[in-house]
Amino acid sequence: MSTAFDAIRLQVMWTRLLAVVEEQAQTLIRTAFSTVVSEAGDLSAGVFDLTGRMVAQAATGTPGHVNTMAETVKDFLIHFPIETMKDGDHFITNDPWKGAGHLHDVTVMTPAFRDGKVVALFACICHQIDMGGRGLGPDAESVFEEGLLIPPMRLAFAGEFNESLLQIIRTNVRMPYEVEGDILSYVTCNEVGATRFGEMLDEFPGIDFPTLSDYVINRSREGMLAAIRALPKGTWHGSMEVDGYDKPIMLKAAVTIDGEKVLIDYAGSSTASRFGINLVLNYTKAYTAFAIRSSIAPDVPNNAGSLGPIEVTGPVGSIVNVEPPAPVSARHVIGQMLPDVIFGCLAQILPDVVPAEGASCIWSLQLRGGMEAWKMANVKEGEFTSRAFSLLSFNSGGSGARPDKDGLSVTAFPSGVRGTSVEALENLAPVVLWKKELLPDSGGAGKQRGGLGQIVEVGTIDGAPFFVFAMYDRILFPARGRFGGAEGGRGDATLDGTEKLAIKGKQLVPAHRRLVLVLPGGGGIGDPLERDIEMVAADLGEGIVTPEAAREIYGAVLDKDGKVDREASRQARAERPAKAPVLA
Amino acid sequence: MRPEHELGWRLGVDIGGTFTDLVVEGSGKRHTGKLLTTHDRPERAVLDGVRTILEETGLKPVDFTSIIHGTTLATNALIERRGARTALVTTQGFRDVLEIATETRFDQYDLGIVKPAPLVPRDLRFTVAERMSATGDVLVPLDRDAVKRLAAILAEREIESVAVGFLHSFVRQDHERAVRDILSRELPHLTFSLSSEVSPEIREYERFSTTVMNAYLQPKVATYLKDLQDRIREGGFACPIYLMLSNGGLTDIETAMHFPARLVESGPAGGAILASHIAKEMSLSKVLSFDMGGTTAKICLFDQGEPSTSRDFEVARVYRFKRGSGLPLRIPVVEMVEIGAGGGSIARVNAVGLLTVGPESAGSEPGPACYGRGGTGATVTDANVLLGRIDPAHFAGGKIQLDLKAATDAIGRDVAQPLPVSIPDATLGIVEMVDENMANAAREHAAERGMDISGGRTMIAFGGSAPLHAARLAEKLGIDTVIIPVDAGVASALGFLRAPVAYEIVRTRPTRLSAFDAKAIDGLLEEMTKEATGFVRRGVPKAELKVRRRCSMRYLGQRHEISVPIPDAPLASIDPAALRLAFEATYHRQFGRTIPKLEIEALAWSVVVGTPEAEALPVPTVTETAFTGNSGSRSLLMPGVAERVEAKVVQRDDLVPGTTLDGPVVVVENDTSTVVPQGFSVTVNGHGYLVLTRYAKKGR
Repeated sequence: MSTAFDAIRLQVMWTRLLAVVEEQAQTLIRTAFSTVVSEAGDLSAGVFDLTGRMVAQAATGTPGHVNTMAETVKDFLIHFPIETMKDGDHFITNDPWKGAGHLHDVTVMTPAFRDGKVVALFACICHQIDMGGRGLGPDAESVFEEGLLIPPMRLAFAGEFNESLLQIIRTNVRMPYEVEGDILSYVTCNEVGATRFGEMLDEFPGIDFPTLSDYVINRSREGMLAAIRALPKGTWHGSMEVDGYDKPIMLKAAVTIDGEKVLIDYAGSSTASRFGINLVLNYTKAYTAFAIRSSIAPDVPNNAGSLGPIEVTGPVGSIVNVEPPAPVSARHVIGQMLPDVIFGCLAQILPDVVPAEGASCIWSLQLRGGMEAWKMANVKEGEFTSRAFSLLSFNSGGSGARPDKDGLSVTAFPSGVRGTSVEALENLAPVVLWKKELLPDSGGAGKQRGGLGQIVEVGTIDGAPFFVFAMYDRILFPARGRFGGAEGGRGDATLDGTEKLAIKGKQLVPAHRRLVLVLPGGGGIGDPLERDIEMVAADLGEGIVTPEAAREIYGAVLDKDGKVDREASRQARAERPAKAPVLA
Repeated sequence: MRPEHELGWRLGVDIGGTFTDLVVEGSGKRHTGKLLTTHDRPERAVLDGVRTILEETGLKPVDFTSIIHGTTLATNALIERRGARTALVTTQGFRDVLEIATETRFDQYDLGIVKPAPLVPRDLRFTVAERMSATGDVLVPLDRDAVKRLAAILAEREIESVAVGFLHSFVRQDHERAVRDILSRELPHLTFSLSSEVSPEIREYERFSTTVMNAYLQPKVATYLKDLQDRIREGGFACPIYLMLSNGGLTDIETAMHFPARLVESGPAGGAILASHIAKEMSLSKVLSFDMGGTTAKICLFDQGEPSTSRDFEVARVYRFKRGSGLPLRIPVVEMVEIGAGGGSIARVNAVGLLTVGPESAGSEPGPACYGRGGTGATVTDANVLLGRIDPAHFAGGKIQLDLKAATDAIGRDVAQPLPVSIPDATLGIVEMVDENMANAAREHAAERGMDISGGRTMIAFGGSAPLHAARLAEKLGIDTVIIPVDAGVASALGFLRAPVAYEIVRTRPTRLSAFDAKAIDGLLEEMTKEATGFVRRGVPKAELKVRRRCSMRYLGQRHEISVPIPDAPLASIDPAALRLAFEATYHRQFGRTIPKLEIEALAWSVVVGTPEAEALPVPTVTETAFTGNSGSRSLLMPGVAERVEAKVVQRDDLVPGTTLDGPVVVVENDTSTVVPQGFSVTVNGHGYLVLTRYAKKGR
């Protein structure tokens, strides 16, 4: 055998390792109870070497988990040194500051044994349907209100489950069987990973895991460094204001490229909120890394090597780096905004790569109906008969225009969540969605148009009052365009389209009223007058832009049938001043 | 008695993207033909091929009792967007269901993705006031006047086909039917597809997508099938014509015209049917079928009998075969995983210096570099030539002379230099990587279905490229036995001849087991059985039929359902706990445990009515025979050991049943070659199949 062929063999093993963690993740997705896991892929699975370096991670749905297990695994190794581990041990924690930033994300780590020795560590992190406390939402003022915090502990001793711990968990959560079922499925998924890993080592004798780990991590670091070296050196600044809970939040970043590293510093960002929209640094790092990697090296897999050259800092006590016991439950609302801030910095050196700002923040339809709502609404006894319910589904606005393409309409970005079928929702709960449609003109105008937002209208089937847990944004501060492109349409949350609701927090939708959500659109790129007139005509034909917008903003001339007159439009556009007007 | 479609001389025809395959079978004899597909008039190749076979065999059209046909026409029309001008009529407030889709991206890190455009653009999606609740109560009555007004608009917009999709129509169809009644009176020449008939299942995006696809295909497929039927009749054939459906069952022409969406993936379904037939002949309980051609490979796993069907298929994926990048099609499709791995798959070195193979493919045009037809990419076939697996002088029966130097140059330039490694190492790397990709896809597919991939499973390999890769793939998957059937190059057409006439109907009726109304479900199942039987009787008026019923269930709150067989008896007459037990047994088999005290939800009910499976002839025992034919030898570079070895080369025609040879051996036939590495032996069984057995367990 040629030794050179070992290089090929290592590559084949790397491919296999990625398949192993993918299978680990799929096992979890198939059995999960939490909607955000099964619908949104809100989980992560990965394999680590004995020094705690992540070697491979499954490519699942949300950037919020990029490398967040790395800290957790290192912390486990401090509390439980390798030499004390036994076959059949499993470890657990949901400490937000060690993991993915809120109590709902639980990590389980499992050592993989071979010939009586630990050879690798498998870990997964996954969103739990409930962790006690107030439940998912921004209203708590400290992490203590947000639920049960499990410090790094043994979940199982040599195959024996820690029944006392499970008893505590079951007692503290609203859905004990589902939560316990999920935790047990984490164990199964890690075991699947460990088994497949063992089969791989059998197939490729002579190459041990440390050799493979070094190869993977070094190759990935080199790939990342090559991408970094291709960028100009310097520091680029960006900032963006978002709605926040009770007051606007400023997010500021400086991206420094020094040839060997990308340093992102969030100095100047707002101080922590009183409410649960704060980020632990680990979570800030995850979304930041996503923005950098998708812009400069999308093909390099996530591992300690590719993520190593990305360094993230933020002032302690600012919204991107809070300390305990700050509330953190709804941290995704701000986390999902971070890539827009980073893209704003990178647009100065990569104008042909990064998109304009988008809706970015997921608009969850989180509703609860039943006695509590009825009492608050003072309804008469027997007036309503629909059953109590609790509902969570995801809705997305438009993404920002790309330098060479329009933005994506109603598409989650940067999050990877999926929407839920209206029919499925109406089977789950006594609600009726009366409307869920694209919103014309909500895509920011530009040579490349922003993606469209949507309008969603919902009530209960018998008109019973219900609660909405609002976690919305881009109502006060819309997604901005770039290089002459216009801003995307603003969001709005109202009763029946008339009465404004608060942007965040639990609120009552009174009897026989409907909740109307207008989801924001993405920003445009470039002067709308430079948009290909054929594309303007197509958008007009499909009702994606209104005749007014086609005329006023895109400078089109319409004929008597309301269709775009190409020749007249070209002429009219040539005579117009080149500055882009903005939709009122 | 055997059902009517299995008697006498029969013709199977598979029209693929490149080749049209024909198989004629009767009186224990078989003849095959392979022609280039005639894309402008697909029926021409069929008739040419039939004529040749009639000339060769002396058979006459009247000798034939059935013609069974499968085609990629429907799939291609969707990929190439060559369907009818279609409108969608839908519920007010929901004009954009097709465009809103799943609100997600199919690739997380690519900032430049483009989603597939809906088949019906926004200006041809019309809404009318109407609304059903989840339980089928009318919340808003249908605005019939608006529907009447719509007729004029559809005419003005030159619509050819109409899809109707209303929310919750799978529970109550009244409004959709009323729309068809009103519009068809005004527009009698249009075709109509109702979501409540095409795919009566929950989840509006998938249901509407399927319905629109059906409408989009209807006029074109109807014209094609009518032409084909006329030509065949003109040729003197009076026998019934059957169409292969995506679920592995056959149907008559009329049903196919109504539900053309069910014609997609009929070729791969034929292959899976052949594999299940071979499994029966050889009494194999656990099978992995492996079909590898020029562009993709398909892997299908089944235990005990037949492949299962699933309903989460996607057509026309636009992005590296990636899940989520196609249009969903929610009809029963034989469950398999398709990978961008074939002879034409192109090898490259990516940004990290990692060797990747596929999913981009050079296809058959321009083809691999060694074809010398303008292809310059380093492909899997180029690698197979350099490894010595393919004899450049005798490729495709000697019809194509392969260019060894072009293959060497391509691999040197695109793989060996950038890695950098020697050309032999690069070549080995390409086949190792493509085999690894297929193995990983197979493992992931097995994991998703809760199946064990090794553990006594047998691989059945067919398609032009599969016999070259089967043994190494088996090693990677821990499989010890590989079967290469006779006529592996026309496997789909052969499979058509083994398929039952069958129809499957699936309907969603969500119900919790704690509040289970057995009588209502019995009524539903009875109705579905009647409907399916009606379709099947058009094809086989007299044959004995059997009914199989399944239900997809899950724990309340889960998204993923599992398919559970249910007893063939009125549910009202059996123990109410039987459904729970059936679910728990299947859940435990897939996930290794059950969750106590949780509510179970039944979602979709499925009924398959069909003729019994084709009779399988057991394999006759044969006596050991020494090999007496000619053999040559060739130097082969083997991925398992990464060394050159001298392999014996034999012609498949020279191998008689009972012969056994130890690897390394290459068994050459017209369309392909079977590679038998060291550590494997090859035996010819009583049916003439090659049986590869691994005796040295661990590959290296």
